[in-house]
Amino acid sequence: MISQILFSIILIAAIYLFSKNAGKIRRNILLGRDVNRSDRRAERWRVMAKVALGQTKMVKRPVAAIMHFFIYVGFIIINLEVLEIMIDGIFGSHRIFSKPLGSLYGLLIGSFEVLAILVLVACVVFLARRNIVRLKRFSGTEMTEWPKSDANYILIIEICLMTAFLTMNAADYKLQALHFGHYIKAGSFPVSSLIAPSLSANPYSLEITERVCWWFHIIGILAFLNYLPYSKHFHILLAFPNTWYSNLEPKGEFSNMASVTNEVKAMLDPSFVPENNGEPASFGAKDVTDLTWKNLMEAYTCTECGRCTSVCPANITGKLLSPRKIMMDTRDRITEVGNNIDKHGKDHQDGKTLLDDYITREELWACTTCNACVDACPVNINPLEIITEMRRYVVMEESQALASLNNMFGNVENNGAPWKYSNADRFNWAEKLGSGQ
Amino acid sequence: MENQNNSEIEIPKSEITIPTMAQMAAEDKQPEILFWVGCAGSFDERAQKITRDICKILHHVGISYAVLGTEESCTGDPAKRAGNEFLFQMQAMTNIEVLNGYDIKKIVTGCPHCFNTIKNEYPGLGGNYEVIHHSQLIQQLIDEGKLKADGGESFKGKRITYHDPCYLGRGNNVYEAPRKALEVLDIELVEMKRCKSNGLCCGAGGAQMFKEPEKGNKDINMERIDEVIAINAQVVAAACPFCMTMLSDGVKNHEKDQEIKVLDIAEITARANGL
Repeated sequence: MISQILFSIILIAAIYLFSKNAGKIRRNILLGRDVNRSDRRAERWRVMAKVALGQTKMVKRPVAAIMHFFIYVGFIIINLEVLEIMIDGIFGSHRIFSKPLGSLYGLLIGSFEVLAILVLVACVVFLARRNIVRLKRFSGTEMTEWPKSDANYILIIEICLMTAFLTMNAADYKLQALHFGHYIKAGSFPVSSLIAPSLSANPYSLEITERVCWWFHIIGILAFLNYLPYSKHFHILLAFPNTWYSNLEPKGEFSNMASVTNEVKAMLDPSFVPENNGEPASFGAKDVTDLTWKNLMEAYTCTECGRCTSVCPANITGKLLSPRKIMMDTRDRITEVGNNIDKHGKDHQDGKTLLDDYITREELWACTTCNACVDACPVNINPLEIITEMRRYVVMEESQALASLNNMFGNVENNGAPWKYSNADRFNWAEKLGSGQ
Repeated sequence: MENQNNSEIEIPKSEITIPTMAQMAAEDKQPEILFWVGCAGSFDERAQKITRDICKILHHVGISYAVLGTEESCTGDPAKRAGNEFLFQMQAMTNIEVLNGYDIKKIVTGCPHCFNTIKNEYPGLGGNYEVIHHSQLIQQLIDEGKLKADGGESFKGKRITYHDPCYLGRGNNVYEAPRKALEVLDIELVEMKRCKSNGLCCGAGGAQMFKEPEKGNKDINMERIDEVIAINAQVVAAACPFCMTMLSDGVKNHEKDQEIKVLDIAEITARANGL
């Protein structure tokens, strides 16, 4: 009875705390500018099913894809087991699904065990790739102490959880064989039966092992849930909405700024009256709140896998730009803005901005807008949009474009070409064809 | 950027006259398709050759076409990618006015940047056209049987690789058309390590063409040419005048200009057809 009450209190506290922190992230995301990403719903469901559920963009790197698939399927399916654990915890029952599910229960528990061992193996491989093989993708200027530790913590926690799960089953399996107490025959244990012989033969110490692992496993899961909002691992939740709200236009298409359209129309046609002259428009992004909520959602979705950076031509050739850093900086800055609101109220200014305090101009100007990063992201994150918005701010609000680019602008404006050629010579190429013109 | 292939002599044999929209309109005629040349195609010496080859192809198959001539202006692409949305929209709206004034319905471009901008970014500003890139036109002509690979230089068995321009490939998912235009030549099409959606940028996009690169340890075009060398290609096929410049410079800097030729899809097609 005491354990039931204790369990319920821990469960409620964990869910409350998680909701509170997830709510903060939601609030932070909504600090972004509005953008309509709710049209073409049928297509959006398809993209989400394909990219998030089907993990189609992962397969470009097959080893990571298979390992990740084990963990992903393990995570989703083992949640069924977590549901049983929670019901057992609240009502003091033991393996409550075993009776109603009958022989299916054995199959389920058996498959959970197989998945658990696959998750465990995948996590060990992932740890090795990060810490022993030291894949280049997992290093870089932005991969400082915390991001590296974060990744290792996640993998170690998952290994601990799976170990506890299997040990719990092994003890249960042994107790069942001994017909001890309430440990009725339930489930099949293809993996844990192999480790069972290493456990004590004493039913009382087996019961302690089983209970300790049970508590460790479920409290571990609840603690892990509450770790998510502080971690890159939040992608397990946001990957789904983030792909649903994907940009559905061709990647080459950059948005036309409506605020500029009004001004240009007014410039070309003095009789033009803009439709809505609300707040004075500011152009581009200096800070995170100038970005759209989708940009900010993407920042929280990023799990720092580094596929974007590993295909970035600028990064490959040693430039400062790293698309992953753009996303991490955006996330860190919006979190800082959110924390400021919590501490000092809504209108607090800390004098910092995403531009310069986080992302330097050198990084922005190194981008070739080639879309390799956008294409590489397994969850459709677009670092290029943020880079473009920041370039827009630098060029249009500050007039701080590089001198060479200002030259190019001048040429386009005056001669209709990015080079210093006279427009009158534009058709000279035809002369060599014997054109009459 | 200069003549890297002096053996090619400009043809005096067919006196092609390039029709302009202004002439057409004066004669009350409407071409089937407008050829949007682009700034590089108009001014860059190397790209001008490609422009002329596209015209030769159009002329050869007998499509009625016209160019804007001096009425054409920059699409605004480099300004937009560099963050100058004002200048982009000024250019776009001025161009749209010209295009709509001539009641243009269909456009073929000689440059993936022009292609992307007119196709994707002009509709929102009032310019709605059917836009194709010249590699798509060539593929269509091949499919329709109007363009064959005969009567000219044979590329048979040559090791040719194709460099995907970002704004044609990833930007607009055009991967197959240029490859089909090459495959018809009975060549040995070899792919670089990074190709199609994984293709490596030449380094010119996003207005990089008009500025010095940021500090790094290598130029992007050199990285790309390393891949060309690794697969022993004799020809790198390009489909973008900016890629053309970057790849040609890369080949030159590697001192490989004797072994590796950089040719546009249009040039290869024109040569194969003896145009």
